[in-house]
Amino acid sequence: MLEEFARLEKRLHVDSRDWKAALLRFLARPSSRSAGPLDDEFPWIFAVIAATAAPHVSHLPLWLSLFCGIVLAGRVLLWKIKRPVPRGLPTLFALLGTAGIALEYRSLFGRDPGVALLFLFITLKSAEMRSRRDVIFIIMLGFFLLLTHYFYSQSIFTGIWLLLSILLLTATLLRLHGEKRSLRQTFGYAGELFAHAFPLMLILFLLFPRVQGPLWGLPRDAHAGLSGLSETLSPGSLDDLIQSGDIAFRVKFDGDEIPAKSDLYWRGPVFTDYDGLTWRARPFYLRGRAETTPTVDPEQRVYRYTTTLEPHNLRWILPLDMPVSAPANSFLTSTFETIVRSRVGMRTQYRFGSVVGNTIKVEESPPMLHEALLLPGNANPRTRAFAARLKERFDSPERLSSAALVHFREEEFVYTLQPPLLPEQNSIDEFLFETRSGFCEHYASAYVFLMRAAGIPARVVAGYQGGEVNPIDGYLMVRQSDAHAWAEIWLEGKGWRRIDPTAYIAPSRIEVGIRAALPATDLLPALVRLDSDWIRNLRNRWEAANNPWNQWILGYNPELQREVLSRIGLNDPNWRSMLTSLGVLCGGVLALVAVWTFRRRQSESPEERAWRRFCDKLARRGIRRFAWEGPIAFAERAEDAQPEIGALAREAALCYARLHYGVGEPALLERLKNCSARMARHPKTVNEGFA
Amino acid sequence: MSSLSEKFPVIHDIIAEANKIILGKDAQIRLALACLLARGHLLIEDLPGIGKTTLAHTLARLLGLRFSRIQFTSDMLPADIIGISIFERESGDFRFLPGALFTQVLLADEINRATPKTQSALLEAMEEKQVTVEGRTRPLPDPFFVIATQNPSTQIGTFPLPESQLDRFLMRIEIGYPDREAERTLLENGGRRAHPDEINADFTLRQLEEIQRSVSKVHVAPALLDYVQNLVDLTRNHTSFMYGLSPRAALGLLAVARAWAFIEGREMALPEDVQAVFPSIAAHRLRLTNSGEYAGHDDINALIRSLPVV
Repeated sequence: MLEEFARLEKRLHVDSRDWKAALLRFLARPSSRSAGPLDDEFPWIFAVIAATAAPHVSHLPLWLSLFCGIVLAGRVLLWKIKRPVPRGLPTLFALLGTAGIALEYRSLFGRDPGVALLFLFITLKSAEMRSRRDVIFIIMLGFFLLLTHYFYSQSIFTGIWLLLSILLLTATLLRLHGEKRSLRQTFGYAGELFAHAFPLMLILFLLFPRVQGPLWGLPRDAHAGLSGLSETLSPGSLDDLIQSGDIAFRVKFDGDEIPAKSDLYWRGPVFTDYDGLTWRARPFYLRGRAETTPTVDPEQRVYRYTTTLEPHNLRWILPLDMPVSAPANSFLTSTFETIVRSRVGMRTQYRFGSVVGNTIKVEESPPMLHEALLLPGNANPRTRAFAARLKERFDSPERLSSAALVHFREEEFVYTLQPPLLPEQNSIDEFLFETRSGFCEHYASAYVFLMRAAGIPARVVAGYQGGEVNPIDGYLMVRQSDAHAWAEIWLEGKGWRRIDPTAYIAPSRIEVGIRAALPATDLLPALVRLDSDWIRNLRNRWEAANNPWNQWILGYNPELQREVLSRIGLNDPNWRSMLTSLGVLCGGVLALVAVWTFRRRQSESPEERAWRRFCDKLARRGIRRFAWEGPIAFAERAEDAQPEIGALAREAALCYARLHYGVGEPALLERLKNCSARMARHPKTVNEGFA
Repeated sequence: MSSLSEKFPVIHDIIAEANKIILGKDAQIRLALACLLARGHLLIEDLPGIGKTTLAHTLARLLGLRFSRIQFTSDMLPADIIGISIFERESGDFRFLPGALFTQVLLADEINRATPKTQSALLEAMEEKQVTVEGRTRPLPDPFFVIATQNPSTQIGTFPLPESQLDRFLMRIEIGYPDREAERTLLENGGRRAHPDEINADFTLRQLEEIQRSVSKVHVAPALLDYVQNLVDLTRNHTSFMYGLSPRAALGLLAVARAWAFIEGREMALPEDVQAVFPSIAAHRLRLTNSGEYAGHDDINALIRSLPVV
């Protein structure tokens, strides 16, 4: 039989090698005509850089985006005309860019400068793609840069974009490792790999111990630019909010029974200190806790609901006025502000119970009442004189306060978001008697001043008023544009009573919304203005889709995690049991994969296994069998690549071919295994090739 | 299996001889030979002057077969190739004068210059190896091969062969320009090269029949059948192609793969054999979805590369 082998080999060698090698080269030739192996991948690398860097353009300085865009475009051009990158230019650009970033941010550390540097260097790295290592470096940098997008946005779109980018990065990695396939196949394979990783991703998401707040502490500038109420109220301070269509929080009422729109006052900071221009809230440590919790009349309806608050970096959590039950980690101050222990830096859910109505409490401490009467200096003389006149005419505080409201309604006050500018001196006088146009904060501020001047304790309350039900999912959405300010006055024997002067000037602001209250010329964000039904519908659908994302993906906090874990039988989980179950589950998934692979291998016949092992050995020497390649053809290609192992490869291939495709000569199996063993002992002289 | 090896010299002598006449076209000669050993008809498509006719002529001579040639033209009629009955005054009867079709190797030169009517006259002959003239069925000699040549259908004055006719050709090969070295030799010895007519065939019909029997005995393992089926299924389910290969094509593929393995000196067919002949069998049977054109060898090779061997 040995002779026969020798004859066969000789014939194969003499008669058919040359043209067959040519045919194989033809079959195995790379799909592109360009020269270098890396050159083929350039468009992929450019796509990787563009995909990972592009979303950062929205918040990086314009000059940096332009600079990097030009660098990348220049690099693509050089590649197109097949010219090398001028020596030293990348270094120069790196120095220039770094200097620019240092000047722009006054630092090279922190979140924004760090991201800007990453952005700069991934672009500049495109000028330096000499070896495969360089390219892999770019891809790894790309993965890292992708992660930083979450500093700026955690929306569904970001998620989808990152997912697609990961597919692109994986596909590029596959190509770099010699997977010459069609575009669709490459992406299909990348998707398949992603699908394999998905169960592990899910387990890690569900079980990885979650820490309240970021684990490593975000840089100081991490919360810059969060919109929401502020700790002071002065004319114009609500302007930005009212111009914004962003969602402040979403509310889901149990049983979907929503109070009347005119009862939807979401209580935020209470302002008592006034310096003639700005209202301030007293710090909580001076304020103290409420001595009595608000009493609930058993007849009164308690609305229970869940609020999903967008991060605003403050400690107020905005329940419906007046809360009777609040989350465990919050407390009620003596001015009935609901406060949590730390600033709300991430989207958080709270459970509340509230009664709607007007009366809060009967008892109030003298210092509090005194505080609610203080007025700065002797500013606003005309208002004080008006207050004195009112006090003379009306003996009871109730009648006095209503008379002031009547004044607001009967005089020609105008509700507008673009009031004329008020002077710093005597601004209340100017507003009440001259300009007479403004919005909630002006009215609330002026009314409280007037009441205090007339001897009635009063304070300004800020928060939100109203909200809109999304018909798609039944959530009530409260936007920044619903920001509002109103007044509270103290009536002896009746307690604090909410008075909303805005309601007297522009009743539609309270009953319908800010859209209806404004003259048509006033500018409002497009999302708030919305007259056309289909845009409104589209927006509702989008927000309804966004909500589960917020609740379940972004809002998956320690509490939710505990709830999920207790549902799968892990009661009172600590990090130790969580890590254990994490390890067990991940191990389980990996074991399943292993069993599956092993089973597939078990379905192999003995000669297939032996041949696979032999091919694995060759692969370790840098010669990988293509899945479509037959044994003899592979052996000849191996011989072309590394002539010193040619004879061994051909012998093994012939054995396998006769075992697998021949009439059955079981004795050859031992010989094939023997080839494998000899290959393992064969000295490795050639370094791994590229593909 | 030793009987198989004994026939190698003959086959390789034939290839070596053919290589002396058609320079630098070893792969095409082998493909053409494999087609004939698999008892299939062969279509050679290329530009004029590439050597199509020479290849066909050479193979016929080398195999020692009776050879006749029909140059197809646009005014040719079926009777011109099949034959005609004429009245003989002496016997007072009609006598059938067989046409050029009655031969062992028919070289149908520039077949796509004939009208479809004349082309279809070949249909019965190719499939049934018999012709029916004036109600009488006459068998053709055995073996009967048609080696047709055609110009690319983009050339002026051609009638593209209908699919049904194309399918009767087991293989279609293209010859292509000779490489530089071969062309140099051709130019240097141009006038003095061997002519097909000068070949002395020492090959007998008996030998051919024996070889064809051996070819059909080349072992095909279940694993290879799996591979062939996967390949044929792939053409049927692939979105790139309008329709897939017919069972006739699959049978032909297996037969040619056997012949190829035989020429390679193997007693069993391997995936490599299937891959080597597959483009020549599939390309003229598959149309691309995008353009409606027949697939090129590149398309078929891409298909091969997307299917793992079994």
